[in-house]
Amino acid sequence: MRLCAAAFIFAALGALPVLAAEIPAADRRSGYSFMSSDSKAMQDDDTANPGMLAVLEGETLWQTKQGDAGKACADCHGDAATSMKGVAARYPAFDAALGRPVDLEQRINICRRDHQQASPFPNESHELLALATYVAQQSRGQPITTGDDSALAPFIAKGRELFMQRQGQLNLACTNCHDDNWDKHLAGSAVTQGQPTGYPIYRLEWQAMGSLQRRIRGCMTGVRAQAFDFGSPEMVALELYLMSRAHGMPLETPAVRP
Amino acid sequence: MAAIACCFLAAALPHVAVAQALASYSIAGDGIAESLTGQPGDAVRGRALVADRSSTCILCHAAPLPEVRFQGDLAPNLAGVGSRWSVPQLRLRLVDASKFKSDTIMPSYYRVDGLTRVGRNWQGKPILGAEQIEDIVAYLATLRD
Ligand code: HEC
Ligand code: HEC
Repeated sequence: MRLCAAAFIFAALGALPVLAAEIPAADRRSGYSFMSSDSKAMQDDDTANPGMLAVLEGETLWQTKQGDAGKACADCHGDAATSMKGVAARYPAFDAALGRPVDLEQRINICRRDHQQASPFPNESHELLALATYVAQQSRGQPITTGDDSALAPFIAKGRELFMQRQGQLNLACTNCHDDNWDKHLAGSAVTQGQPTGYPIYRLEWQAMGSLQRRIRGCMTGVRAQAFDFGSPEMVALELYLMSRAHGMPLETPAVRP
Repeated sequence: MAAIACCFLAAALPHVAVAQALASYSIAGDGIAESLTGQPGDAVRGRALVADRSSTCILCHAAPLPEVRFQGDLAPNLAGVGSRWSVPQLRLRLVDASKFKSDTIMPSYYRVDGLTRVGRNWQGKPILGAEQIEDIVAYLATLRD
């Protein structure tokens, strides 16, 4: 045994592991509020916000007939401004047929398969991000309600557990940064609260649109963990926990982030 | 702009520490008295390692390295650590900081067990090699008030 446990008397002086405090509703802050005024201006001005291109593309796709069924989203859902208002603000949502939650991108692909008889769009594809951005933009300014459905409770609990779990070679949990150190800086970057309020986002670092799952995978790779696969139950559970943790915060899609 | 915000710890790094057994060490009191390599570290190399983001120190800590533009503030400034801690204490702090504080966020730089879901590229490897730790310890010891 290379460690001599008996020698660690001093370790007993250290604090016992305390449960990380969750952020009280009044202190919740979007990633927006940590940004430079330039980035804020880019998000606020629809003519400057690169995410608006995805919205426009999504709008076109919404009206385009697809698949063997030859139907467009609009053929079933009509005007997205009414039918999709508030929808993204309650996702991920429980899918009764599957018996588990699905996120917005998965929901879109389920509609493609079942109602359009079309093949699913690949994760992070242009088309999938554009449709998700278009749908989510219909909830811009609406408060997040994810978690109101009690069927989600066990999945939210699973996501919370993953959020609290140390992982990776650097042995850091999401909570270590996003609950306990959101007012600090990791090198040049504001740590932020990791709020999921603006997805899909246009990220300056990516020079592209990306999903919440892509962002989470970035943080997992950052702590040198094996990132969960796109669409895996763990990933959806994490998204779900993040959305329920942001309950009541307004949706900002399409947001801009550094 | 994008470059600064860029990927905090994510860069795919050349892995200095190859999969190999860790050098054995023994803890006495609150430190590790002997060098992990049996050799003294090189403070100049240690300074360069701390300044290099891929070693990760500077993401959380600030240090008296004026050329490094973006330094962290998640952890105490390393200026003066050589006065606050002895060389054996600094060595143990790097090897396994949880021995000082069980819930610390500071990673254990020379440990491969008790970790969850370590990424494929990093499995079975400590964050830093023994020689790098000795170099950094030698540098930190020079940071005196
Ligand atoms: C070592 C610190 C650290 C850990 C651990 C960490 N993150 Fe992050 N996270 C950051 C930083 C820094 C940013 C902001 C980076 C930027 O925008 O430049 C961020 C951004 C985010 C965002 C984007 C928020 C927004 O405004 O759009 C989400 C979501 C997020 N993290 C979720 C997570 C989840 C989930 C985990 C665990 C799997 C996690 N993070 C672990 C440091 C961390
Ligand atoms: C993820 C954050 C993080 C990283 C990365 C990190 N540390 Fe730390 N370190 C801390 C924190 C927080 C403390 C404060 C005490 C504690 O919690 O253990 C600390 C304490 C220390 C101390 C004692 C400081 C004092 O004033 O008493 C030294 C020395 C130190 N770290 C060196 C390093 C070196 C060298 C590296 C890189 C090889 C490093 N740390 C990487 C978070 C970090």
